[in-house]
Amino acid sequence: MKKETWKELTIGTINLDAGNSVKNLTGTWRSGKKPQFIEEKCIQCFFCWLYCPHSAILVEGDEVKGINYDYCTGCGMCSVECPPKEKAIIMVKEEAKLAEGDAE
Amino acid sequence: MSTLKTLNGNQAIAEAVRQIDPDVMAAYPITPSTAIVETIAKFKADGLITGEFVCPESEHSAMSVCIGASSAGGRVMTATASQGLALMWEMLYIAAGLRLPIVAAIVNRSLSAPINIHGDHSDTMGARDSGWIQIYSENCQEAYDNFIQAFRIGEDLKVRTPVFVGLDGFIISHSLEVIQVEDDAKVKKFVGEYKSVYPLLDTSRKMTVGPIDFTDYYFEHKRNQMEGIENAPPVIEAVGKEFGQKFGREYGFFEEYRMDDAELCIVVMSSAAGTCKDAVDELRSDGKRIGLLKPRIFRPFPHEKIAEALKKMKAIAVLDRSSSPGAFGAPLFTEVRSALYDYAERPHIVNYVYGLGGRDIKVEHFKEVALKLEKIAETGKVEEIYGYINLRE
Repeated sequence: MKKETWKELTIGTINLDAGNSVKNLTGTWRSGKKPQFIEEKCIQCFFCWLYCPHSAILVEGDEVKGINYDYCTGCGMCSVECPPKEKAIIMVKEEAKLAEGDAE
Repeated sequence: MSTLKTLNGNQAIAEAVRQIDPDVMAAYPITPSTAIVETIAKFKADGLITGEFVCPESEHSAMSVCIGASSAGGRVMTATASQGLALMWEMLYIAAGLRLPIVAAIVNRSLSAPINIHGDHSDTMGARDSGWIQIYSENCQEAYDNFIQAFRIGEDLKVRTPVFVGLDGFIISHSLEVIQVEDDAKVKKFVGEYKSVYPLLDTSRKMTVGPIDFTDYYFEHKRNQMEGIENAPPVIEAVGKEFGQKFGREYGFFEEYRMDDAELCIVVMSSAAGTCKDAVDELRSDGKRIGLLKPRIFRPFPHEKIAEALKKMKAIAVLDRSSSPGAFGAPLFTEVRSALYDYAERPHIVNYVYGLGGRDIKVEHFKEVALKLEKIAETGKVEEIYGYINLRE
């Protein structure tokens, strides 16, 4: 995504492309850790979905199915809120992630 | 029909508001601007204006209402002074950043502490970097004329920037003057219809106003904002000329008074310029070659034109009705001095702070300044670059 020069911007900070925050892949913000979803331990309580600040919990039909790493910032809130004793979301080490350039 | 009316500065502003009848007026009363808000409220109650009059709980809210109403697509005005303008401070930057052409009458008053209700320029000078255009008025007539022109300037499509119209607290706001009030229809026609470019009330368009910018966009948006105020000079000039053609009183960036063969010059804004004219007349009759330059537009500062007008002077005194603690001189002085920097042969230039908290400045004080300028011109030496007028030392 090419970024506009100051001359190309609409005046007054107005954004005529409302909803374009989907283009902002917040997954580039993760540093070192990412959540891992373990489907067989999930009780489908939807707490992760409710708490996730970036709407990065993947839902198919009526079920939580995983994490959308394009937007997951790796904050770990889903893992903390996950209620089962053996958690269905655990934070794991991440060697390589989406790079800033991939977002463009 | 153009008529002569006896009005004070506040009433003159209110009269212009009645004629322009903006879509939304939101203001919180504060001395010495209260009578503007009070008179607008009366006009509204009497059915003389159709726009919405909003009475919010503070000046911060008043400016917030203005921002909302202007974003929605309306023509908007407010009025305040001193602490009221200070309370608006964070919203001032938002109005300018969103390029909303709100017009605000500022009845210039000192800032606390100590509490003081009288006239000086501390309030608007405190907001000098907020991105608003700043116009200063010498008398009630100019306050009325400037307020009408402010809408045309701020609303110009290339400018789209909010505008302050300053008038000195009490000295102008509460002093009666016979002024020419122009015909309602002619004023309305001069100001014209306001068309918002991206009104929020246009629900056919999906858009976001005032989104967050990270490090990758904020800088570009701020540069984009600066373009608006930088585009203002030709508009200010054209509107001032057209006003002259329509109503017989032409306006520019500044007024030059008896400057033709002047060697010495006093630079002073607003009501004190009126007193200075009397002093210049008396000094001229004594054979002194002295003139006055009265800046009208402080933002955008007309640096090239002012430098051109002043470059041949032998000595200049810039008089500021505000102070800038710790700075190399008060706001008007630093601008004027900086404007002259590029000339190889520069005039001597000194700064005097006067009139803080409404302290009088009289003809005799201007004469004292003239004596000092004469001495500087004769000796080529500046003993004090920064001083105070009518202060107990």
